[in-house]
Amino acid sequence: MTSTNAATAPAANPKAATPAEGALLTVQDLTTYFFTRQGLVKAVDGVSFELQRGETLAIVGESGCGKSITALSLMRLVPDPPGRILDKSRIVLDGVDVMKLDESAMRKVRGNDISMIFQEPMTSLNPVMTVGDQIAEVLLLHQGMTKAEATAKAVDMLRLVKIPTPEQRVREYPHQLSGGMRQRVMIAIAVACNPKVLIADEPTTALDVTIQAQILDLIVELQKKLGTAVILITHDLGVVAEAAQRVIVMYAGRKVEEASVEDLFGASLHPYTRGLLASIPRLDLIRGAEDTSPGRLQEIPGIVPALHDLPKGCAFAPRCTYADERCKAEYPAYEEKRPGHWAACWKSEIVAGGTNG
Amino acid sequence: MAEPRAQDLPIAPAAGGASLSNGTGTGPSQSANGKASAMAAEAAPVLEVRDLKKHFPVKKGLLRKTVGHVYAVDGVSFTIGRGETVGLVGESGCGKTTVGRTLLRLVEPTSGQILLDGKDVTNLSKNEFRPYRREMQIIFQDPFSSLDPRMTAGQIVSEPLEVHGEGDRSQRRERVAELFRRVGLRPQQMDNFPHQFSGGQRQRIGIARALALNPKLIIGDEPVSALDVSIQAQVINILMDLQKELGLSYLFISHNLAVVEHISHRIAVMYLGRIVEYADKKTIFTAPRHPYTEALLSAVPVPDPRVKRKKIVLDGDVPSPVKPPSGCHFHTRCPIAVARCKEESPALVEKAPGQFAACHLR
Repeated sequence: MTSTNAATAPAANPKAATPAEGALLTVQDLTTYFFTRQGLVKAVDGVSFELQRGETLAIVGESGCGKSITALSLMRLVPDPPGRILDKSRIVLDGVDVMKLDESAMRKVRGNDISMIFQEPMTSLNPVMTVGDQIAEVLLLHQGMTKAEATAKAVDMLRLVKIPTPEQRVREYPHQLSGGMRQRVMIAIAVACNPKVLIADEPTTALDVTIQAQILDLIVELQKKLGTAVILITHDLGVVAEAAQRVIVMYAGRKVEEASVEDLFGASLHPYTRGLLASIPRLDLIRGAEDTSPGRLQEIPGIVPALHDLPKGCAFAPRCTYADERCKAEYPAYEEKRPGHWAACWKSEIVAGGTNG
Repeated sequence: MAEPRAQDLPIAPAAGGASLSNGTGTGPSQSANGKASAMAAEAAPVLEVRDLKKHFPVKKGLLRKTVGHVYAVDGVSFTIGRGETVGLVGESGCGKTTVGRTLLRLVEPTSGQILLDGKDVTNLSKNEFRPYRREMQIIFQDPFSSLDPRMTAGQIVSEPLEVHGEGDRSQRRERVAELFRRVGLRPQQMDNFPHQFSGGQRQRIGIARALALNPKLIIGDEPVSALDVSIQAQVINILMDLQKELGLSYLFISHNLAVVEHISHRIAVMYLGRIVEYADKKTIFTAPRHPYTEALLSAVPVPDPRVKRKKIVLDGDVPSPVKPPSGCHFHTRCPIAVARCKEESPALVEKAPGQFAACHLR
């Protein structure tokens, strides 16, 4: 930690000075490109946001929208080549400019200040190490504990994530655990060093519904207990509504909307967000509804554009019912349309007039 | 509409697994009565499944000795009417996929009966079964691995026509073009290979292939689970449109309750190889009887932050189907279980008109 403090100085950049005050994590103009044979893939294109202490920020979008690459970029885990985080990107974590750290300093940040839970608990755990050793590993590495201390802490961590009989489970291997328990172990590893930021990339997607509810509850509970700020990456709007305070919607590598959960679900200003909300079948609507004959779902026509071949104007224009010539020619400005509610759409006032979902 | 048909639901699951049978076993006689009444009320169901079981042997050691069984499907009965969609929901490992595969005899059932249009097809030989198989088609979950990457989309869709000797080459090509239009693909795309299509388009190819032989019943095994939300809606709409136009019946297998709710008329909830509740969808969603159904419904996150709902979070994991718990399979996780649940397997009985549930207490 102390070694990284030297890197705080460059953060006195006039651009970053103000937002860095209160926010725990400030991301400015994050741009991650992949240089592939098909051409330049703009996976993340100028994404900026702030994360406050103890808050849960959700990033939603469909596959290929850049939400996972945003997460990997924050950890600086984008494979280079073919990927690269462009130099203009700034990631400031608690006063430390993460982009300016060298690899060995970065390694001290990963798992200690920022850690991550992945979607697939089976492939992200080491099959030939006991779960106890895998939890102890981060503690030995970052906290300078002795082997005995780390093992004892590993048992505590398993208890914290509510794994029954932790003394016994600590000696077991991942294949001996169920999917839900493996995800609990992943969470135990991620929070073992009490990180400032926890990135959860689709943490419940691979799990069954009843297990999903358990894991989601656990994340929310741990966050309250430990005061960790959480970035929740998901495609499931139900999970967002349940666990997050603020939401960023991404489409084709860019942020298209950002608002509080209430504003986004109540009065979204981007046609893509509206389309997403309208296209999911809702369980809560049938309860009490008189007519239960299945109606048509509202669909978003067309498909997500290829990232190496984006249209000139708004990337959503080819699928948007509101789009006109201007949308097709000019990328819409990302503006604060309502207090605390940002959107990138030329037509947001007309969209706001329509009914939501 | 569910009432007359619901009666022909045999109460067989009461018998439980071979090793666990301690139910009341009212199976065969009831189902015979039920069948007659259904015939009188309406045309016979397209599909009727009676006490279907599939136990996979677990082999161990050098001599591959059978040391146990996976009770994947353990006495499942239901019917599907013409133009009806029955949803089959449950968590991974509950046996819902095995039910689908057993119906097509992609895996052979251990016991039970499968009646297609009133004809028992359970024990037919491969050759005898072939004409019946055209009546039942399947759409798989993964649009990436279920299409042969070296065949063009057109060849994939026309393959079932060739196998069943339908028409000549030009007639088949015409039929394929028509199927392409029907599922929202352009006939010009017939000569493209699967990798040139997006996930949603690939699933449309899968649907076109399933439609090729004009089946009566399509089994959808998680057909939209691998797709993005906006594409999911497109595929669900196509399936519903096709049902309306062609009078198809669907068995819609999914873990996604919201999707099942949207597309189905009746819903069966499975837990560890057995149906625990079976009713029309409105009843299932507004007045569930079985505590598992209740917990499953309450666990689904609602995409509306204003809705504050009472969540029933179940403890623990789904037990292994190799050693299912005694009595009611659900008693280890059930919030209201009593001593009796541990010992006695509850029968699937009609608790309210058209609503069947297997629970001692509700």
